[in-house]
Amino acid sequence: MSADLNTILPEILLAIYAMLALLGAVYTGKDKMAPALTWLTAGVMALLALWIAFTGQGTTPAFGGMFVDDAFSRFAKVTLLISGAVVLVMGQEYMERRGILRFEYPVLVALSAVGMMVMVSAGDLMALYMGLELQSLALYVVASLRRDSVRSTEAGLKYFVLGALSSGMLLYGASLVYGFSGTTLFSGIIAATGDGQAPLGLLFGVVFMLAGLAFKVSAVPFHMWTPDVYEGAPTPITAFFATAPKVAAMGMFARVMYDAFGGIIGDWQQIVALLSVLSMFLGAIAAIGQTNIKRLMAYSSIAHMGYALIGLAAGTQLGVGAMLTYLAIYVTMNVGTFAFILSMQRDGEPVTDIASLNLYAKSEPAKALAMLVLLFSLAGVPPMLGFFAKLGVWQAGVDAGLIWLVVLSAVASAIGAYYYLRIVFFMYFGTEGTQMDSDRSPVLWVLLMGSAAVMILGVINLFGIDGVAQAAAASLVN
Amino acid sequence: MSNLLSIVTFLPAIAALILAIFLRGEDEAGQRNAKWVALIATTLTFLVSLFILFDFNAADTGFQFVEEREWLMGLKYKMGVDGISVLFVMLTTFMMPLTIAASWNVNTRVKEYMIAFLLLETLMLGVFMALDLVLFYLFFEAGLIPMFLIIGIWGGANRIYASFKFFLYTFFGSVLMLVAMVAMFADAGTTDIPTLMAHQFASESFSILGVQVIGGMQTLMFLAFFASFAVKMPMWPVHTWLPDAHVQAPTAGSVVLAAILLKMGGYGFLRFSLPMFPVGADVLTPLVFWLSAIAIVYTSLVALVQEDMKKLIAYSSVAHMGYVTMGIFTMNQQGVDGAIFQMISHGFISGALFLCVGVIYDRMHTRDIDAYGGLVTRMPVYAMLFMLFTMANVGLPGTSGFVGEFLVLMGIFQVNTWVALFATSGVILSAAYALYLYRRVVMGDLIKESLKAITDMTAREKWIFAPLVVMTLLLGVYPSLVTDVIGPSVGALIADHNTALAAADRLGDAQVAAASH
Repeated sequence: MSADLNTILPEILLAIYAMLALLGAVYTGKDKMAPALTWLTAGVMALLALWIAFTGQGTTPAFGGMFVDDAFSRFAKVTLLISGAVVLVMGQEYMERRGILRFEYPVLVALSAVGMMVMVSAGDLMALYMGLELQSLALYVVASLRRDSVRSTEAGLKYFVLGALSSGMLLYGASLVYGFSGTTLFSGIIAATGDGQAPLGLLFGVVFMLAGLAFKVSAVPFHMWTPDVYEGAPTPITAFFATAPKVAAMGMFARVMYDAFGGIIGDWQQIVALLSVLSMFLGAIAAIGQTNIKRLMAYSSIAHMGYALIGLAAGTQLGVGAMLTYLAIYVTMNVGTFAFILSMQRDGEPVTDIASLNLYAKSEPAKALAMLVLLFSLAGVPPMLGFFAKLGVWQAGVDAGLIWLVVLSAVASAIGAYYYLRIVFFMYFGTEGTQMDSDRSPVLWVLLMGSAAVMILGVINLFGIDGVAQAAAASLVN
Repeated sequence: MSNLLSIVTFLPAIAALILAIFLRGEDEAGQRNAKWVALIATTLTFLVSLFILFDFNAADTGFQFVEEREWLMGLKYKMGVDGISVLFVMLTTFMMPLTIAASWNVNTRVKEYMIAFLLLETLMLGVFMALDLVLFYLFFEAGLIPMFLIIGIWGGANRIYASFKFFLYTFFGSVLMLVAMVAMFADAGTTDIPTLMAHQFASESFSILGVQVIGGMQTLMFLAFFASFAVKMPMWPVHTWLPDAHVQAPTAGSVVLAAILLKMGGYGFLRFSLPMFPVGADVLTPLVFWLSAIAIVYTSLVALVQEDMKKLIAYSSVAHMGYVTMGIFTMNQQGVDGAIFQMISHGFISGALFLCVGVIYDRMHTRDIDAYGGLVTRMPVYAMLFMLFTMANVGLPGTSGFVGEFLVLMGIFQVNTWVALFATSGVILSAAYALYLYRRVVMGDLIKESLKAITDMTAREKWIFAPLVVMTLLLGVYPSLVTDVIGPSVGALIADHNTALAAADRLGDAQVAAASH
């Protein structure tokens, strides 16, 4: 038992921290504590990430296999914890200035992080669902954090209703899977499909679960909530949605598909490939008409999840490794991009209209250049890291014989390049107009420059991340 | 020096970095410093690159000055040059100081302008030296970014449309090539270009959705690469981005585009399409021939009716690139030699022609042919230079333009007489549009009021043209300067190609087919 608890120690620590923080803040200064609490939470999450990264070893199942600690889960946890911590720090000043930094915010983020960590480590359908719901409930609340804003509450409500629906589908699928395999343990399910033959009911269950999972990663056709929630939620929270939960959801997706349904890859591969194609094309085409940069980033994230799903659809270790690399690079790009969006303001009010970037390069050459790098990276133009992310998943796709998928994704990426270029167009080729305030927040500046620098310098050796990702994938696919 | 190629490649990038970090201020002094740093860096790059040329052993058909290092994701950082690529490297380093000098009148965002050009030089050099598929792609594609910005920021009135068209056209072509590259990696297990050149990709025919694909895998890969290189080249009918880009780009941008960037397409055919997919190339050669012939005739006719000088020269570039693609696919020594020669010579000539347009554009701020006339009375030196390069563009014997066209036509005549017939008509058409342009701009009486005060070329402008005049005439009268360098490598390329075809039984089929006609 104590060994089991030992395995799950990071999650327990974070959960205890969140509850203590909640108690502490309630009994002391409440919202006055919020800025310090935000930094503290970020610090705790970063420390946990370092701890997991440097001490984690091997594969340890706990609680009779309901929870698994392996290289795959550690990779996902480190990525999501660090990105969560960075996003917390990033939004602190913005939210404080607008009076929406409540002490619940860091606590809820910490709780959702616990949920995410359980999701990527789940070895059982019930553990999976528990983690998922913990994460989702925290996120629903966070989305509507700005209670007095109609848009924010609308975003929260939409997210909640649709999220509940998808959780329901996932749960229904899980019950079918349980009914036809007789167990909720992933190891049991994969044993039940050991001969590569799955009963029809179980396949039904898989399809329902896929629908629920696709909702969580906002893959088309389960993406409808994404643009509205991205637009409606306060920007720091949008930044959070675009990073850690995406990693967790993709991690969980891969975990379920390989650990539970790894024996019937042929049965779900095509569904994932279809989700991937639809996401890439919808993300590329629907973003063209957007004028709000947050909505645009929502469609961009849909498209990027499509690319990452190629890695999953490949059904190989190479594919999962490529997917993890993709996610890590994607999250880094998004952190930088949202740091930029957070710094967009005029007369102290946030602006999200792309046209307001007119000739930004003239007043802020350094920041415009960093954003240029990030945008070309998002578009997948070399030598930026975004290109290597795409190259990785394409390699995996071709390797698995999914050439049609890769060709279609190439077409989609050419279409998608247009809207990233459009932002560059406003920043560099536009006409003189009313300028935005020059934001001097050092945190945002460092994050923007840092992530742009990572995109360029990564060309030297990708910071070794591909090797780590492949090792992580090896622990999942075997 | 074991890493000479890397030094040459990254020297301009280092200069760009220095500019970006240390240069402050947009005032007169800051602008002048930016220009001088760029000029010195590009000149230095040229001087260092001369070591490559002097130490190059033309008799050796393999890759020389090879550098190899481990990179990421199982890829390699590998650089090297052979007889085919070395002259493109030299062309690039030779042209860049001239384009920087031609930009002396730029006065908006000078620092960024120079950084963009310096980075562009690094990326262009990398394209010609890379010996790893992904490394090649990286340089090839990254070059779009500075060019996109050059057209978009410093371009003409309709620059935004042109820059987007340029980027999206080329990007679309290139991502398809990337897919093929990934497939090649999956098939051969390496991205090393010399190894891939020796690798036999499957060429058994198969059918996709009921359509029979002759040449199988190789044909598909060839088409994917073709999508990229044909756009870059550009070949008819995907050439439409070029006139727009040329017209809107600043003078120096047009020069780089015409002199160097277009050559990447031709280089790509020689480096990838022919040696790696010989069967695919063989299957699609007739298509390339006819596209080239159409390009030569059609774009020459289009050039005839242009009102804008840059657009006219842009269409003439498309026509001349038609000779290049045709020459490359003849797959005999004259044809391929001629194609490479044509590319080098077109680099000098079209670069010079765009500079000629730039000279009068700087004075009158219009490119309309109608706005000029009778310049010879006020600008005798200019009239003479423009005459020389017009004649070189037409392909007058004694200029480098003649040698390239003649060799290509000789090559194509041996392979396909009908195509040769159409292509040769392009020689007459090019004389028509070029002389017509010259007559309208330079000859006649100087009756336009606005031109009465126009001044002849300054010393700076004359010095920019001097090296181009020398090269055009030198290569015209002594072409073996080029053919001696490229000859052995081209010979090896053709021999390998024929061996590969024989191995795949294509040559036999072709001969049988020819005999039965």
